[in-house]
Amino acid sequence: MHWQVIIPLLLFLIIIFGIGIWANQHVRSSHSFLQEYFLGGREMGGFLLAMTMMATYGSASSFIGGPGVAYTKGLGWVLLAMAQLPAGYFVLMILGKKFAILARRYQAVTLIDFLRERYKSHTIVILSAISIIVFLFSAMTAQWVGGARLIESLTRLHYTTALFLFVISVLVYVIIGGFRAVALSDLVQGSVMVIGTVILLIGTVIAGGGIENIMAALVAENPNFVSPYGAKGELTPLYVSTFWILIGVGVVGLPQIAVRAMSYKDSKSMHRAIIIGTIAIGTIMFGMHVIGVLARPVLPGIEIGDKVMPLLTLKVLPPFLAGVVLAAPMAATMSTVNALLMLVSSTVVKDIYLNYIKSTASEQEIKRASFIVTTVIGLAVIVFALNPPDLLVWLNLFAFGGLEAVFIWTVVLGLYWKKANKYGAITSMITGMGLYIFIDRFYPSIFGMHTVTLPIIISFIVFVIVSLCTSSLCKDEEWVI
Amino acid sequence: MKDQRFIIAHREALIGIGLVIINFLIWFGFAYGLGSGDPASYTYILGFPAWFFYSCMAGTIFMIFLIWLVIKLFFKEVPFDEEVDDECTGK
Repeated sequence: MHWQVIIPLLLFLIIIFGIGIWANQHVRSSHSFLQEYFLGGREMGGFLLAMTMMATYGSASSFIGGPGVAYTKGLGWVLLAMAQLPAGYFVLMILGKKFAILARRYQAVTLIDFLRERYKSHTIVILSAISIIVFLFSAMTAQWVGGARLIESLTRLHYTTALFLFVISVLVYVIIGGFRAVALSDLVQGSVMVIGTVILLIGTVIAGGGIENIMAALVAENPNFVSPYGAKGELTPLYVSTFWILIGVGVVGLPQIAVRAMSYKDSKSMHRAIIIGTIAIGTIMFGMHVIGVLARPVLPGIEIGDKVMPLLTLKVLPPFLAGVVLAAPMAATMSTVNALLMLVSSTVVKDIYLNYIKSTASEQEIKRASFIVTTVIGLAVIVFALNPPDLLVWLNLFAFGGLEAVFIWTVVLGLYWKKANKYGAITSMITGMGLYIFIDRFYPSIFGMHTVTLPIIISFIVFVIVSLCTSSLCKDEEWVI
Repeated sequence: MKDQRFIIAHREALIGIGLVIINFLIWFGFAYGLGSGDPASYTYILGFPAWFFYSCMAGTIFMIFLIWLVIKLFFKEVPFDEEVDDECTGK
């Protein structure tokens, strides 16, 4: 074991636990368990909001998978990664103050609460709940596996032991601390991610003998490494620009991001979060991916992309700093997992249990249900992560695109278009999802575009047409806009 | 009755769309505008190919500056709670 590397990681875990215990005091003393546990009492300030959005969005793939692909494709992949810059400001500006005001008016705790009040339709609640549970459960399992693999490679523990270690540390602080613990630990994790990226970038440039040297070595190996088209010319302008929909603007449709857009304190927090969040996302996405490219001359001949970042860190940094930097992907994985866990359990407790099973549940019963649900989901994930079934892997692959195809228009048009009605929303959700699965299965990268493009365009058209055609059916349901 | 706060919110959402379009044009335009030639004939700025420097580095810094400016100039603070409805209609 590399003890010098592991000590900073352990310190990091201890801090995260401390946050969970501290946040638990708030959950105990709060007058509304639901608002406190699932939203942190809508008290997030600007810095906290920026960090929790960024940490939720930046997952293991930004730190482990992304640099690995950049290593094989060159600067073109960094270009593609920079399409994520809008994730820092676009969601907060588009959902914006209107979403924050309406969420408070409806006392919405989840995205589904908002949709239920807006459309007054049980079908929408159930459709949304099913898509969130199915997709995010599988997305979570993948992150779980990623976290365990990371611990496994650092400590040389057996995979199963590593998995239990990882899952138990995440579960404990999510269960005791709720959203406030998750958001606060995102603050630590987000900062670790930014600092780790900057340290590793500097270390890599020094190890490579400066940017000029590294670029010259890249051109000497294959000039396409420095072109926007990728090493084999596979990154066409059309593909890159439609990828921009998936990871840039489409993020508005992700429930785990949207729920954060209803949890901030005031306008000022939102303004600050937009600026800080954009800087943080820009730094991480640029830094981590460019590191992957620069790593090529520094550390040639790595076959497995996922190993580029850990191996590079151990090579170019002294052990203690390496520990700090390797806490970053750990932080990214944990912060994504705990956001997803929170969202799935709030969907089960708030949107299903309270709506359809026991609407008169007392505070005590809700509390108990939340703890049980969170624990059961967490443990169920272990079972799947030990031996992931094919279906799960397949679902996880398109969790992001699938959720975007289902939610983006339902949320955005619901917010801004007063003629949007439940018939339009339901058909658009079904069309978006169905088309996404269909294209993904039978015509991946149809017409050279990313799979998510057509479902998003067509579900928009369907939404508008159906809403207009059925407007006479919904005359009496006036909606303030 | 039209809520003043929603008029502000709608304008800010439109600004968001404007920003994302500018962002796209800078990012995409510089990358494929400057980078479509032969990689051997690229010019370099600070050690990076020019297309990459403008699209991914200078472009990102410009966007951050632009977002900061837009928020300072056009984004208004509004209360989110219901009881203060009357106060903000005058502003």
